[in-house]
Amino acid sequence: MSAIIKLDNLTLGYDGHPAVHHVSGTFEQGSMTAVVGPNGSGKSTLLKAIAGVIKPLDGSIIRGSDWRQGMAYLPQSAEIDRSFPADVTDLVALGLWKQRGLFGGISRADAERLEAALQAVGLAGFERRGIDTLSGGQLQRALFARVLLQDAKVILLDEPFTAIDERTVSDLIGLVRRWHGEGRTVIAVLHDAEMVRQVFPQTLLLARELIDWGPTEAVMTRENLRRSRGMTEAWDEHAPWHEDGHNHGHEAAQ
Amino acid sequence: MSFYQLLIEPFAQYGFMGRALAGAMILTLSAGPVGVFLTLRRMSLTGDAMAHAILPGAAAGFLISGLAILPMTLGGFAAGLIVALLAGLVARFSIQREDSSLAAFYLISLALGVMLVSLRGSNVDLMHVLFGTVLALNNDALIMIGAIVSISLVGLALIWRALVAECLDPSFLRSVSRAGHPVHLVFLGLVVLNLVGGFQALGTLLAVGLMMLPAAAARFWVRGLEAMCGLAIGIGAVSSYFGLLISYHLSVASGPAIILVAGLIYAASLIFGRRGVVFSRLHSRRHRIA
Repeated sequence: MSAIIKLDNLTLGYDGHPAVHHVSGTFEQGSMTAVVGPNGSGKSTLLKAIAGVIKPLDGSIIRGSDWRQGMAYLPQSAEIDRSFPADVTDLVALGLWKQRGLFGGISRADAERLEAALQAVGLAGFERRGIDTLSGGQLQRALFARVLLQDAKVILLDEPFTAIDERTVSDLIGLVRRWHGEGRTVIAVLHDAEMVRQVFPQTLLLARELIDWGPTEAVMTRENLRRSRGMTEAWDEHAPWHEDGHNHGHEAAQ
Repeated sequence: MSFYQLLIEPFAQYGFMGRALAGAMILTLSAGPVGVFLTLRRMSLTGDAMAHAILPGAAAGFLISGLAILPMTLGGFAAGLIVALLAGLVARFSIQREDSSLAAFYLISLALGVMLVSLRGSNVDLMHVLFGTVLALNNDALIMIGAIVSISLVGLALIWRALVAECLDPSFLRSVSRAGHPVHLVFLGLVVLNLVGGFQALGTLLAVGLMMLPAAAARFWVRGLEAMCGLAIGIGAVSSYFGLLISYHLSVASGPAIILVAGLIYAASLIFGRRGVVFSRLHSRRHRIA
């Protein structure tokens, strides 16, 4: 197995305050990793940085060659305008963007893939439903169908199961497992420790600092979880800058 | 008075009426769809701000060569683009949102424009620029409007998919493509272009009316995007026709008459439209069993 994403002494944050602090490690190609940690521990920030939405304050993210074959990123609160006059097909078909670009049409094969994707997420028959009439769970199913169509090697999911009922969750977990079986790299931010233990082989436990990263059973120990909870969410406006005498390895990065 | 005299004769007998009708109807072909996207992007007031912003450019053209079509159009287009770009840049590189910076720039622009016009012209000239002279459209102006509408329709067709994606799910578009920002700018360019096209007929201030009112009214009747664009064009055309008729028979100002008819249609749609106030109240209790 080779590395598809390497974090090198990565620090992320806003206004100079770190949300993710000096994290290093490797996501193997085809691995399936849960990113867990308390609220404010930097999980979403880490995912955004991997997706390329925000830039590192310090350190770097090195992406493997497989990366070019596509990344699908499902953010925590998608900025979808539910009042826009679009139906489920319009929304899901966005997943074909890479193939279609600005002008390409939907080929018959694409239409079949779209149909299959809707079938796979349990939304067959919803093609012409307006997106303003979908429930939260149905919308999430549609977004998973879009990820399916993106056919990406790397799939980033940010709290994909929040406020979703059990049946939808178990359907969508099935999809995530299928992606893993197909050799795709899956990284998901999750809150449900039970689900992490059952479904995800790898876990990255984050509490601004990296607490532990490795096989799930080795990471999700009582001791580690206790340590992660000890993290403070405090955002000290007057915290000294690292350069002012705090030696955390910045020199190495420079 | 026969139907012919009432409804058709004014346009058949007087060249200026025919040209006014042609100009307004051609204009609505692209102004309608552009207006639909403006309303869907919650940028209705942006259209208004841009309409003010084109004034100093048009005024500069007016200063150089009087009430001539081409210099005023080019000047207006340039001024509109500059304000749109500046507002976009400020939003990108500062904490201020685009709407506040746009408001700041268009106010500066408007004051500058009025001052420029007052340097040379009379109040009558200022009224021309602000409220247009649809009855004074000559063939040059019609050709200009035709060119602007053609460019707009081609432009809109080219960016259509990206624009829809940008409205529907901007963060997704960012994750798969870099098209989002350029598409936004091209769209703003089209808005400015259509306002400039409209201002000879309706003036800088009312041009936006033929863009926004039909689009806003269409939303009360239909669901789909294409249907909305089509209906907006239809409402714009109907407003132009009846507005000009009213202005002819009652001897009132033509530009405002067109916009007022569009306003009436908007008000009627708001109340009686399929998705308007009355209908959604009346039928809110009706439902299927599953």
